[in-house]
Amino acid sequence: MHWEFVIPGYLIVFVTLAMYTVYVVRKGRALSEQLPPEKRRFLD
Amino acid sequence: MTTTEIPASTSSKLTRRLGFAALVSIVVFLAMALVISPPDVSQRDAVRLFYLHVPTATIAFYFAPAIIAVGSVMYLWKKSTFWDLAAGTAAELAVIFSAFTLVTGMLWGKPTWGLYWTWEPRLTATAVSFVLFVGYLAVRKLDLDPVIRSQRAAVLGLIAAANTLLVRYSVQIWKGIHQGTTISPMNMQISGLMWGTALIGFVSFTLVFAWLMIHRFRVAWLEHQLAEVGLDLAISERRAERDVAGAASTDVRLTGEGA
Repeated sequence: MHWEFVIPGYLIVFVTLAMYTVYVVRKGRALSEQLPPEKRRFLD
Repeated sequence: MTTTEIPASTSSKLTRRLGFAALVSIVVFLAMALVISPPDVSQRDAVRLFYLHVPTATIAFYFAPAIIAVGSVMYLWKKSTFWDLAAGTAAELAVIFSAFTLVTGMLWGKPTWGLYWTWEPRLTATAVSFVLFVGYLAVRKLDLDPVIRSQRAAVLGLIAAANTLLVRYSVQIWKGIHQGTTISPMNMQISGLMWGTALIGFVSFTLVFAWLMIHRFRVAWLEHQLAEVGLDLAISERRAERDVAGAASTDVRLTGEGA
């Protein structure tokens, strides 16, 4: 009962999070490739 | 690690471990929230939205605003790029998580209150907070001097962070239809498997937030570095042009003098 509200809620949250995660990772890679290694100083 | 071995990505040993922990906890959370935990006596399966709504609201109106507030104060005080970027990163996540809070709240409101939306105090304060976070991001995109832009963003960041206190206390001050605190050490209203599911929800979303915060901050840092490299390049090109022009005019002058 009420699954018609539950499923969209979970889908919206987790699909959005997955898409945002992919966006952040890909953007990070693209920017890193444009910079010399010494400028990526946040890495451990 | 030498500089040549640094990979072209924003990941590190820490974030890989954090990401793995977040992924495992999300799988456990989904199993508990959607399958293992029982339906509520009065709300039936709509209670499953509670496990989503409360952690996203906690991040949107506690964790992220705390970072925005600290980052904004530190920027205004120390002019620190690190804190400016940290506040900007937290604001972007605040927009995402407050949108989740609004959407899951609306979907939860329909089966429990009979309506998706009403302009009652908590909902209105939440919507205002969302708009302020979006406004903060808009200010950060303005075509201004970077220092002035960051200063204005920091002031708006402090206003947006302060507004989340209004979201927090709106239930007590105005007493609308929104319920008060459900999970509190002083006033616990759930127990057993439902409490366990809510707890795992908190842990999962906190790990996800931490992972996103670190990666998104690193992206912001790279953008900042790239802008600086671009600026350095433009300055050196300009200097080279000036030197060439200077040398050419000297040649002309010498040639003239010689003739």
